[in-house]
Amino acid sequence: MMQTAEMLKVFNRHRGDAIVVPGRGGRHWVTISDKPSRDVPLGDPAMGGHAMFSFGLALARPQNKIVLFDSEGDILMSMGVFPTIADLAPPNFYHFMLDNECYATTGGQPVPNAKNVAYDEIARGSGYKRTYKFTTVEEFTGGIGDVMAAPGPVFVWLKVLPEVINEAIGRRPRWNTRTKDQVVADMRKELGIQV
Amino acid sequence: MAESQEGFLSPQTVLDELKKNGVTHVLWLPDSETNWLYTLMSAEPSLTLVPVTREGLAFSGAAGIAAGGGKPCILIQNTGLLESGDSMRGWCLGMNVPVVMIIGYRGYTRHGVNTDTVADFTEPFLIAFGIKYYLVERDADSSRISVAFEESRKKNRPVAVLVGDEYHGFN
Repeated sequence: MMQTAEMLKVFNRHRGDAIVVPGRGGRHWVTISDKPSRDVPLGDPAMGGHAMFSFGLALARPQNKIVLFDSEGDILMSMGVFPTIADLAPPNFYHFMLDNECYATTGGQPVPNAKNVAYDEIARGSGYKRTYKFTTVEEFTGGIGDVMAAPGPVFVWLKVLPEVINEAIGRRPRWNTRTKDQVVADMRKELGIQV
Repeated sequence: MAESQEGFLSPQTVLDELKKNGVTHVLWLPDSETNWLYTLMSAEPSLTLVPVTREGLAFSGAAGIAAGGGKPCILIQNTGLLESGDSMRGWCLGMNVPVVMIIGYRGYTRHGVNTDTVADFTEPFLIAFGIKYYLVERDADSSRISVAFEESRKKNRPVAVLVGDEYHGFN
């Protein structure tokens, strides 16, 4: 299994100009990214929604690569996104999923059938043409170039170490320095989106 | 006595309202009352249909489309609205997304004797979330759809249109 931060540092070298929705990797990504106006760190507006948000962004911005770092807990809440995404199949959508086999932010309880769900097979069976699974940083380093070089939609399953948090929510350090409104406004300004 | 056409809501009327208000994407999950509208929307090149598998997913999808400069519209039934509460709260209310939800008002009757409990909960649910809503039952009411779009745009928040009638074919 990988350290999420180490994996994200490797990804950053392959990011190009992609828009990145860091999902539950956000607290690491904000310290790694050197293009914050192309980042969309939203925290957790409502669990299970990051995939549809990012997919919607990909539909609205076909000229930009959209990269999402989803989580297995989110996907388990919204597995129906797979056929929806595969149906419209936006070629600019790159769907990464962090799998730490648990609900880390609530104390580390295991997700259902944590060690036995084949997320790549579910994505492929739902219609994703390309899927990958990486368990180590070395594997990821060797494969990320191919992942980003070809069109999406692509699903990338990443086995990462849990970073369990037991601190009460009110006492956790706040990593996101921008409001959701500011994040979206910054991205729109960067991309020249008029609304 | 046969009811006049003016007593119905035609799917073409709804489609015309979507086009007039610049909708680019319709996130939808079919219900028993929207098939005629689906057939029309499928043939409309200015619209992208985004089929969801649970209604709550329509709200996060709408937030993404809006963030990217598109103009989403959500087309679901009131049953699905009830299961969408947290997604609507977090992704659309919490992110100030201007989106109109066109909601099939299952169980609603004009005389007040609802035929399904979901109709009893629909308006209280919207009120609880602070969502403004407009009732549309026939073609003559259709201008309220544009009112909903305008209010949504001005206030940057979701606004609901409750469709209190089945769509009546291609008339």
